[in-house]
Amino acid sequence: MFKFIYFFLIVVAGTAGELCVSRAMKETGEVKDFRPAAVVRVILRALRVKWMGIGVGMMTLAFFALLAVLSIEKVSFVVPVTALSYVAGALGGKFFLGESISLRRWTGITLVCIGVTLVFLGKG
Amino acid sequence: MESHKQLQFKTFVMILIMIIAGPLGNVLLGKGMQSVGTTTIASASDLGHVAGRVFASSAIWLGVASLLTFFVANILVLSWADYSFVQPASSMAYGVVALMSVFVLGEGVSPLRWAGIAIICLGVFIVGRTNPRTTENR
Repeated sequence: MFKFIYFFLIVVAGTAGELCVSRAMKETGEVKDFRPAAVVRVILRALRVKWMGIGVGMMTLAFFALLAVLSIEKVSFVVPVTALSYVAGALGGKFFLGESISLRRWTGITLVCIGVTLVFLGKG
Repeated sequence: MESHKQLQFKTFVMILIMIIAGPLGNVLLGKGMQSVGTTTIASASDLGHVAGRVFASSAIWLGVASLLTFFVANILVLSWADYSFVQPASSMAYGVVALMSVFVLGEGVSPLRWAGIAIICLGVFIVGRTNPRTTENR
């Protein structure tokens, strides 16, 4: 039961966190200067955007769920299962970021789900 | 005005960093947590003991450093590229993590799981072939 809660947190909280971070970075603006000091300034500016705080909080939750599940499952099993985040990402992209999801994109997402199922079945 | 090639180049570099640092971080964390063993936390003192064991592991610290590198590359690329482009493009990480699991951790990966990983990669490749930008810049 705990394993399912951990995987749920990794997929849902992790993807929601990335969507929030994506929104925050679009508000921060395109990075063109990659010198360390400039990168630090961009990160500090991004940290002042509310979506960044929410996103990092959710990703932190997903990170600790990942740590917990890695203590009981193999890495080669855990990481592919988190591919379910592509479904969560597509839905989040559509409803949170206003992206349009084409038939081709849904086809790819369906293949991801099939692949994830095979990973589960192949756990042995 | 930045050229299309420059934009492609910096996107490629950031995604390359992501697909190396992300799996490396996961493998190092896996190695660290497996050395800690199964954790049972029944009290605050148990939590302290487990945290002590976790953070005494150099593999955990290297894993955290790798994941921080991944995170910085991720947020930088998201400042100019679509989330729906970056997420599929970084899918090469699934293949990288399977190879690392075999060669670094010595874990066995069954043919069915390899097939699953291959289909996941194919799926995210198709997703990556869709229009990378479907919304206007904010």
